[in-house]
Amino acid sequence: MFLDSHTHMVSRTTDDYERMAAAGIVACIEPSFWLGQPRTNVGSYIDYLSLICGFERFRAGQFGLRHYCTVGLNPKEANNEELAEAVLEILPRYALKEGVVAIGEIGYDEQTALEDKYFRAQLELAKELSLPVMIHTPHRDKHQGTLRSMAVAVEHGIDPSWVVIDHNNEETVRDVLDRGFWAAFSIYPHTKMGNERMVEIVRNYGAERIFCDSACDWGVSDPLAVPKTAELMRRANISETLIRKVTYENPLEVYGKSGQIADAHWLKPAAIDQRTLYMGNSVLRGGQTPKITEDNKQEGSALGNLRIV
Amino acid sequence: MPPRLNLSGIGQVSCQTTSIYGAAMTTSTQSLIDLLTGWVVARSTEDAAAWFRGEIKRLGASPTEKDVYLALGYATRKLGKADLDLSPEERARAAAARSGWDPSDWSIDQAGRIALVLASSRSDAHAFRKRLEQLFNTADIGELIAFYRGLPLYPEPSLHLPRAREGTRSAMQPIFEAVAHRNPYPKENFDENAWNQMVLKALFVGSRLAPIQGLDERANPPLMRMLCDYARERRAAGRPVAPELWRCVGPFADASAIADLAALLTSPDVTERRAAALALSASRTDAASSALSSHEGLLQDVKTGRLTWSSLDAK
Repeated sequence: MFLDSHTHMVSRTTDDYERMAAAGIVACIEPSFWLGQPRTNVGSYIDYLSLICGFERFRAGQFGLRHYCTVGLNPKEANNEELAEAVLEILPRYALKEGVVAIGEIGYDEQTALEDKYFRAQLELAKELSLPVMIHTPHRDKHQGTLRSMAVAVEHGIDPSWVVIDHNNEETVRDVLDRGFWAAFSIYPHTKMGNERMVEIVRNYGAERIFCDSACDWGVSDPLAVPKTAELMRRANISETLIRKVTYENPLEVYGKSGQIADAHWLKPAAIDQRTLYMGNSVLRGGQTPKITEDNKQEGSALGNLRIV
Repeated sequence: MPPRLNLSGIGQVSCQTTSIYGAAMTTSTQSLIDLLTGWVVARSTEDAAAWFRGEIKRLGASPTEKDVYLALGYATRKLGKADLDLSPEERARAAAARSGWDPSDWSIDQAGRIALVLASSRSDAHAFRKRLEQLFNTADIGELIAFYRGLPLYPEPSLHLPRAREGTRSAMQPIFEAVAHRNPYPKENFDENAWNQMVLKALFVGSRLAPIQGLDERANPPLMRMLCDYARERRAAGRPVAPELWRCVGPFADASAIADLAALLTSPDVTERRAAALALSASRTDAASSALSSHEGLLQDVKTGRLTWSSLDAK
């Protein structure tokens, strides 16, 4: 079983859902994000947040995946002050929706004053409602931006064990772990973190407070990144215990602090969920071994055809 | 032919009488809140029950917008999502409080949320509608199902008609069913076109017709035509046709519908044969009687009441 803790499923197809379920992914978390271009008004935020708490959750359930989300104003759009004010106003309407497991992705992009203001305001909201926080670390000036994100979270009295720092790399992981935060790694084909680098991270740092995700979205990304990384770790003789922590247990533990995600949701779904929202994971229910394949015709030789990209 | 349905006289129940949300109305809404609260409290821990009573009280006394959202958000956390599982006595009280109200498959959090919504805006029916619309616009799936199931309990039912129709257009089957199934709202408020679209959509999304209240009373000739067209379209594509479709065809079946039904009497599928017999027996035309007359066994089953739409449903 795998949990992909960072997926933008609104940008993915039904083929992706089918492949994810077949590869053993039982649940995914959809952080609020921008659309690839800036939103121009709060109305499009409202519809987006309703979508990830609504139809996308339903859609995932039809393919046997449980779907969760995080809500927040992303740092890029924090620079539109009028929009940012309006979004902060409506966030409390969404923060306690069913399946909202954190406030996020929040943090810095260019580390502007406005980004700082709304990052802090959202940390306060997370504190008030006892929700974990998912922090998006900046692509540019990453190391400094990551250190600053953590310092500000601590300044606001947030317990680091409730905060996930996402999109880590070899340069940031030590500082994040030393300060008691969770370190997530987004496995992107070609860029940022590749699967092999992730294996090295686990070799060097173990699995304590470390996990990986696919961050699959509308760009070049791979919704099977988590199961593929697990397979690569297996080939590198990393223990099943560590693999399970990095691809399933750790994200479940930190986002589970919200009270909104628990393994019972897919192992023993509530009767009402089974009737209405969740068709179950037929692969796992059938007791079959999850497979990681690009092509069903090649299922028999899953390992041989596994493409690590 | 049965008389055309008169829409003006229906929907007149105790909690929804006049255009103004007056004193009598408030009492009635209060009794619904009390009934729901009783069910919720009886199924909650002491702490959860105390929380719930406190929120009902708080929302009843000019709450802030945030109070309302947080109370609704905490509802599943505090009350859980177990089935309400009402006793026969409790169900009888529901039906007595509001005719047609059927909460038999509600969950505890749904009952709780509907009580909270009812408690949150009592000034007048228009203010209530405004509040409810805002809640609908930012609702998650669980809240949508609850708010739609609550439709028969809200003041001034006609104010919620556009919203109810929105529910029957949903791409999410459980949302559609929250309006369409075990809910007296559509039969009391939908005009013919809305009704017909709902029935057809139920078949389209693979939902059942039997749980729709008023299925027989609201049958009408345009619906008969739409369903026959739909059945032919399915056949042409080599796809199965849900036998309960014919229930809404029988009473108004025209010559071509009767021909379709007569052909089904020799279908290899026993449920199709039975559905055709039931539909033809509802037609009251000579053509229908004559088609049925050569199928003595089925005819007898219908006449003696051994075969009904509910017994068909049970199979």
